[in-house]
Amino acid sequence: MRDLQEKFEALKAAFPHTIPVFAGFTFLGAAYGILMNSKGYGVGWTALFSFMVLAGSAQYVAISFLTSIFNPVHALLMTLMVNARHLFYGISMLDRYKNTGRLKPYLIFGLNDETFSLICSVEPPGGIDRNWFMFFITLLNHGYWVFGSVLGGLLGSVISFNVEGLDFVLTALFVVTFVDQWKTQKNHKPAVIGVLCSVICLIIFGQGNFIIPSMITIITVLTIFRKGYADRKELAEEKIQ
Amino acid sequence: MTLTSIQTFIIICMLTLGTVTTRFLPFIIFKNPKLNNSYINYLGQVLPYSTVGFLIVYCLKDVNFRGSTYGIPEAIAIVCIIVLHYWKENALLSIGVGTGVYMILLQIVFK
Repeated sequence: MRDLQEKFEALKAAFPHTIPVFAGFTFLGAAYGILMNSKGYGVGWTALFSFMVLAGSAQYVAISFLTSIFNPVHALLMTLMVNARHLFYGISMLDRYKNTGRLKPYLIFGLNDETFSLICSVEPPGGIDRNWFMFFITLLNHGYWVFGSVLGGLLGSVISFNVEGLDFVLTALFVVTFVDQWKTQKNHKPAVIGVLCSVICLIIFGQGNFIIPSMITIITVLTIFRKGYADRKELAEEKIQ
Repeated sequence: MTLTSIQTFIIICMLTLGTVTTRFLPFIIFKNPKLNNSYINYLGQVLPYSTVGFLIVYCLKDVNFRGSTYGIPEAIAIVCIIVLHYWKENALLSIGVGTGVYMILLQIVFK
């Protein structure tokens, strides 16, 4: 019983922090559900996607794979590319998730952008089990995402929307992320490299074939620029110490 | 639905595989702290920024600058998002207004 009480306390402590995510996921999830519905994918498919994949931008991007020729390899590569930032999240969480025991697989599975930013920035109050606190943040956010998408799927099937242009929500999301990153980062090279390499590859290879060349070009150019980056980084670290 | 149920399910599995890979990989690679690879670390630090740039281009890949709208709705909506986001710093507001502006332009103004 005490064990259960402890978990409940952790849930109570976690919940208030997740309210902004609830708002965001209800909105973005609903837009996703409505879009999926407009492409002929019912609420069941939407729920399954959100439950299993739990990666908003990858799921939005995947809509284009659901409405064109069946190409699972492209879908996988694109997901890897879209989610490449998770590698960075994982590296940042190595320490925090070190002693999380049996909760660890789920904590890693549920590590999306919002969960990452919450777990990075909030600390559980005294007496609360940190592992369960992080677990409930992850679980609540996962639940909100499924809830939002199901809500959208249902809304889409009941009310008929003119959804023309709604898919711009994804572009908007990336532009906002780009602006956020631009403001917080002093070094704009990676962002500029990403845009320029992709535009050049789009012009050369065309809409259908530019994904893989872009990935290769971006990684190559970033590798070329690595030397200067490492030197400056070391200087910055010396200053901090 | 464009794809069959089985094809759709395969796409779901591919997405799950891709997501799980990117989330678990660091924990598998860096189980042993001595293997801490500075090149991977570097990519982990810069790739998130390049990727978002790439994703914007990916989203805009079908815009036809010689088509009926000349890419004007996209340009206006993106400028709105950037200005609004610099001003208010509210992600949901910027996304909501930006998408709304785009839908109005597409459905009413450039009809």
